[in-house]
Amino acid sequence: MSWETVIGLEIHVQLSTNSKLFSGGSTGFGAEPNTHVDLIDMGLPGVLPVANREAFYKAIRFGLATNAEINQTSSFDRKNYFYPDLPKGYQITQMAMPIVGKGSIKIDVDGSEKVINITRAHLEEDAGKSIHDLFDGETGVDLNRAGTPLLEIVSEPEISNAKEAVAYFKAVRQLVTFLDICDGNMAQGSMRCDVNVSIKKEADEELGTRAEIKNINSFKFIERAINFEIERQIRIIESGESVVQETRLYDSVKNETRSMRSKEEANDYRYFPCPDLLPVVISDDEFNDIKNNLPELPDEKEKRYISEANLEEAEAKIISSSKTMANMFEEACSKTNDSKLVANWLVGDVSALLNSDNIDIEESKLSSNNFAILIERISDKTISGKIAKSILEEVWESGDDVDNIIKDKGLVQIQDESILEEIAQKIINNNLSQVEAYKGGKDKLFGFFVGQVMKETQGKANPKSVNDILKNLLNS
Amino acid sequence: MSIQYKSIKNLTSMLQNKEISHKELINETFTLIESKMDLNAFITLNKDAAIEKATLLDSKKNGSSLAGIPIAQKDLFCTKDLRTTCGSNMLSSFIPPYSATVISNLENAGCISVGKTNMDEFAMGSSNETSFYGNVENPWGKNLVPGGSSGGSASAVSSGIVPAATGTDTGGSIRQPASLCGITGLKPTYGRISRWGMIAFASSLDQAGPMARTAEDCAILLNEMCSHDNKDTTSLNEHIPDFTKDIDQPIKGMKIGIVKEFDLSKLDSEVVKVFEESKKHYESLGAEFIEISLPNISLSVPTYYVVAPAECSSNLSRFDGVKFGKRCDDPKNLEDLYIRTRSEGFGDEVKRRILIGSYVLSAGFYDAYYKKAQQVRRLIKNDFDEAFLKVDVLMSPTTRGPAFKAGSKGSDPIQMYLEDLFTIPANLAGLPALSIPNGFVDNKPIGLQLIGNFLEESKLLQFAHNFQKTTDFHLKTPSGENI
Repeated sequence: MSWETVIGLEIHVQLSTNSKLFSGGSTGFGAEPNTHVDLIDMGLPGVLPVANREAFYKAIRFGLATNAEINQTSSFDRKNYFYPDLPKGYQITQMAMPIVGKGSIKIDVDGSEKVINITRAHLEEDAGKSIHDLFDGETGVDLNRAGTPLLEIVSEPEISNAKEAVAYFKAVRQLVTFLDICDGNMAQGSMRCDVNVSIKKEADEELGTRAEIKNINSFKFIERAINFEIERQIRIIESGESVVQETRLYDSVKNETRSMRSKEEANDYRYFPCPDLLPVVISDDEFNDIKNNLPELPDEKEKRYISEANLEEAEAKIISSSKTMANMFEEACSKTNDSKLVANWLVGDVSALLNSDNIDIEESKLSSNNFAILIERISDKTISGKIAKSILEEVWESGDDVDNIIKDKGLVQIQDESILEEIAQKIINNNLSQVEAYKGGKDKLFGFFVGQVMKETQGKANPKSVNDILKNLLNS
Repeated sequence: MSIQYKSIKNLTSMLQNKEISHKELINETFTLIESKMDLNAFITLNKDAAIEKATLLDSKKNGSSLAGIPIAQKDLFCTKDLRTTCGSNMLSSFIPPYSATVISNLENAGCISVGKTNMDEFAMGSSNETSFYGNVENPWGKNLVPGGSSGGSASAVSSGIVPAATGTDTGGSIRQPASLCGITGLKPTYGRISRWGMIAFASSLDQAGPMARTAEDCAILLNEMCSHDNKDTTSLNEHIPDFTKDIDQPIKGMKIGIVKEFDLSKLDSEVVKVFEESKKHYESLGAEFIEISLPNISLSVPTYYVVAPAECSSNLSRFDGVKFGKRCDDPKNLEDLYIRTRSEGFGDEVKRRILIGSYVLSAGFYDAYYKKAQQVRRLIKNDFDEAFLKVDVLMSPTTRGPAFKAGSKGSDPIQMYLEDLFTIPANLAGLPALSIPNGFVDNKPIGLQLIGNFLEESKLLQFAHNFQKTTDFHLKTPSGENI
């Protein structure tokens, strides 16, 4: 018997506005608890929310990038429930009239493309944080995050497995970072998702009963949680029981999902239009301004890299896949005419280091600026490619400045051909038997001479010059 | 010379002519307040700060328009560093770190806040009997309610111990107590006065307004209370006129609408008689009367009792014992914290409305109640729009009768809810309305309500001032003498 999985994702994207959705409070991460909280965030009696238009502009960018319907008039509703880190006892969200309606996004799973439809994307305020492990027997509440603007992106239940779910999440992350509406920082909770999972027999028309797994914030955990959940549901159904509609929590330590609350225990959120906020109307001027200034998206970048920078399709795809990588490429290209060289380094050495460390480029210590300097130094022949490779490895570990490393370690390439010629002549004089053999037809020995010169110069010789000089000397 | 029963206008000229110093005025005010503590009109006094401000004003040369005028603030407005209870045990120790915009506006104009007035808990009530801080006496008779929810403000002005007070009106909470205490009270157009710092009861209905001895004083206060406020997105960005400017203009030839659906035949004949005399009086001033039909107006009370509790059930969720206000002793767990804090912190009427509100918003009932109520509200608003094509103002009694005895309506909430029969429609439609004293029934004052079109407070005040120039109901005092 064959089971089919149906998955829908609700992704919460923290919008990178300076202030909160309804107050002037700062959205900065990592501050002392309850220091980024103003009267409104605290929900003091008598305070009123005022909508932050910047959040709307960012949401609209997402809508435009996903070819979605944009509601220039959208409104806010209250979702009522009690929780200590929810200061007002309700969350202000967009239930009836969201800013972004139906859209879609393209994902790539092992080289094949699939379109995932997006039901809606709406603005809402984040809650604070409950801290359970700081005070013995008591819970602390930190409201710094309360009121931070979130864009909740709801997908259609069109995702078929964990891999696709991860690909979808990655595609959304790629998009929001390119759009400059979210920093994409998963470790700081800038992106989190709720996953709805159900299974059904292939032939069944109706969807199975779903379980919602709350608040997952890493690609790895999304994949594991879904796979665990699929197996759990299959086990339940195959043993003759039925899946219960409920909210579950993923425990990454035990790699399992656990029941949080069942449908019967679920809150009745008593949604109703928020009477404190008038509908927000985005004017045509505002809308067109956003549309005309939409940042370049990955697909467009890929095409441009192929047509303007002469990259191979595969290279262009890799480089345009992340905003940081694309920024690195563009910054480095501004320092050299050799875009192929830049691409080779990114797709080659840099990608290799990323793979071996199993990290994303955003997590590496290599800054865009430092990489550009490295390329510039190769390009202006200050350093050889070989030296550059060792510098890259060092920067990778330490994040130190490229120019400082070159200076401190005396890695400047030997450009003076008379010095190289002197060294080459010395190598030839010391290896006369190899010279004879080379001249006798053992062409492969040429590499030996190059190697010797490089060894003598500690890799600082320009390989092309060494080649030319050796050829000259050996063939004379 | 006693300052009791003096109007703002009187006091301003006394101060300007140096008949009295600012400090003397405030000291005298507190002497009066302290002599009338049995009214229980105040929950918290602001004596030291008030005297300090008065002393400061005496040392200044030029004061602002309302410099030194004592004013009582309804305890629903947040006042920085001064306890704000909203009539509830829940906020018995709440000291706000900020002031409501309307408080700042009045204080910037020179008003001196002398204290916070008693009120129905969270403004839910029509007799001031739901206050955690005890009943308020109506100066017009022992054991008479002052009305509500702005009962303390009405009682304080009525007894002449302050010339003015702020109130808030969600379904009649300024006009009904004004009527029962024989003073003038105005609820402006929704959005005229910022709601920032007003503790919300029903956000789409709440509106602050002035309560004073005369319509002219209300106009003077309104000039300072109104402002467009960026902190309140429902605050209107409309021209704010000088509300005193046209009040002296005659009303000859202007049209007053009488609402056909307000069935006066069910009222006490004395009440009807007072109303008919006011009609005659307006006729003598040259006004014309037209019968107006507001077909949906009979749905006002049920509509109100869906919308207001729904909003209140959500607005009052923040009182959970976590961040501010009361918290129960030794909570066993989170649920216990919520249940006991809210059980102990809220009174019965507040609980009743939270329950009604939660019910009408709950899944499966939302469409039948809340959504429908909002639709009916739109119909009522349309009825008014039609009416104001034909008339300048609408006129009705403010209340069904004069002040009643405390406890006389306690057992049946529906009877109490019907108190606001005539006042609720203006809130649902967001229209300005006022109440002026227009007579006595059983030696107790009673009020006349005028409802105006959107933003037409000036016209209402003009009608009211013309009435007061030619009558003396507003000059009568509970002690029997005329001012």
